Amino acid sequence: MKKHYDLLIIGGGPAGAIAARTAAKAGLSACIVEKRPAIGAPVRCAEGIGIESLAEFVKPDPCFISAEMQRAAIVAPDGTTMILDSESAGGKVGYVLDRKVFDRELVWQAAEAGADVAVKTRASAPIMNDGKVCGATLEFCGTKTDVMADVVVAADGVESKFSKWCGIDTTVPLREIMSSAQYIVTDIDIDPHCTVFCLGNNVAPQGYLWVFPKGDRTANVGIGISGMKSGTGHRAKDYLDRYMAAKFPNGKTIEWIVGGVSVCRPLACTVTDGLIITGDAARVVDPLTGGGIYNAMYTGDLAAKVAIDAIEKGDTSKSALMPYDRQWRESKMGQTIERNYHIKEYMINLTDAKLNAIIQTATSINLKEFSTLQLAKELVKRDPKLLLELAVLKGHIK
Amino acid sequence: MLKVHRDICGYCGCCVSVCKEGALELIDAYLEVGPGCTDCGVCAKACPVGALEVGRE
Repeated sequence: MKKHYDLLIIGGGPAGAIAARTAAKAGLSACIVEKRPAIGAPVRCAEGIGIESLAEFVKPDPCFISAEMQRAAIVAPDGTTMILDSESAGGKVGYVLDRKVFDRELVWQAAEAGADVAVKTRASAPIMNDGKVCGATLEFCGTKTDVMADVVVAADGVESKFSKWCGIDTTVPLREIMSSAQYIVTDIDIDPHCTVFCLGNNVAPQGYLWVFPKGDRTANVGIGISGMKSGTGHRAKDYLDRYMAAKFPNGKTIEWIVGGVSVCRPLACTVTDGLIITGDAARVVDPLTGGGIYNAMYTGDLAAKVAIDAIEKGDTSKSALMPYDRQWRESKMGQTIERNYHIKEYMINLTDAKLNAIIQTATSINLKEFSTLQLAKELVKRDPKLLLELAVLKGHIK
Repeated sequence: MLKVHRDICGYCGCCVSVCKEGALELIDAYLEVGPGCTDCGVCAKACPVGALEVGRE
C-alpha cells in the first residue's frame, strides 16, 4: 500500500469497485479498503438487477448470474396474483446475481485496471485538515497506518460510518429502514424465471416479501418491513418464518442472511471537501423496490469521473466536487428515486382492501413494458377514481 | 446499557444505520457499542432478529 493515492475508496462493494475501476482505467492511483476479510461475503442482498442496468457497467457473465428472470408476479393480500410479463429484450427482464462472485469480479476488474486492494482493513477515522478530508487512518490486524488521498470515496454501505465521522448526518429514520431477513432456500417448487413480490400488512408491513429464484428449485426468500413496524414477536425474521412454514415447509435453508435497506430520501448533500459519498452510504437505494446495485455502480462511476476532473484541475474542494451531487440528482437514476419515493409513500399507507382492489384491477392489464411507471400509468387508465387518490403523485408519473 | 445478544446477532449493520448518536459500529463480524449510546432503543426496534436489548437495570 502506498502513503498517498489519488482516490482512497472505503468499501469493496459495487460502488467502491466501480469507482476504483473507473479511476484506475483513467490512469489514477486508487485503493479499495474493505473491512471484511473477503470481498462479497457475507451477502446482504436479494441480488436482483435489470439486464440493461447490469450491462451498463459489466458484461453479463454466467459465472455471476444465478438465474434469468422473464416475469414478475405481484401477490395481493388476498392472494390475487398479477403477472408482469415482458415482450421486450427476448423475454428477459432481469437477473438474480450471485453477489459473492459478482462483487469479487468487479474488484478483480478494478485490480486488473491497476487499483490496489486492502482486505480485512478498516478505515477507523478520517484524516481532516482545516475541515477538509485528506485521507484515512487504516487498521489492519492491530496496526494503524495513515493514508492520504486527494479524494476519499465513502462506499461503506448501509452501516456507513465514514461520512458521519466527517460531520455528515447519515442517520436513516426508523420508519425508513427496511428491517430485512432472507434465506436461500433449496428443494422448493417455484417458477424459476419469475420474481415474486407479496404485499400486505400481515405479510410484510410497509414493505414486501420476495421470492427471487436462484435456480430451478432454489430461491432467495426474503422480507423487508419498516423499522417502525418491527418489534418483539413481529420482526422481519418472524414474518419470514411464518411465510416459510406456510409456503415452503419442506424447503431447506442453506444460507441465513439479515440486513437493513434504506428507503429514505438520499442524503441532502453527497459531497464535502475532499469526500464523495456513493451507493447505500449516500442512501441512493430505490425507495420503492429497495434495489441498490445499479445505483451503487452508477454513483461509484460518477464519483470517480468527477474526482478525476477535480484532481486534474487541482481543486478537490466541496464546490469542485458538487458536479457529482448535481449530476446524479439530474440523472435518470436520481429522477427515478424521487418519483419512486412518492409512490412508496403512497403505497405504505394503503389498506389491504385497497391493495386487493388495485391489484385486481391491474390483473386485467397486459403490460408491454416491464416498469413500475408503466404499471402506474395503466392503473390510472383503468381506474380513473384512483387518479384522485394519486393526485399527489400525478406530477411524478406523467 | 445496550446489551448485544451475540448468539443472535447476524452482524448486518441495520442497527448502525438508525443510530442517531453514531454509537454503534460494525467491525467485521462484531457489533461494537460506543460510549455515545443513550439507551434510546431505536436500534433494538429495528433489529431484524431481536439481538439487541436495552438494559432493564
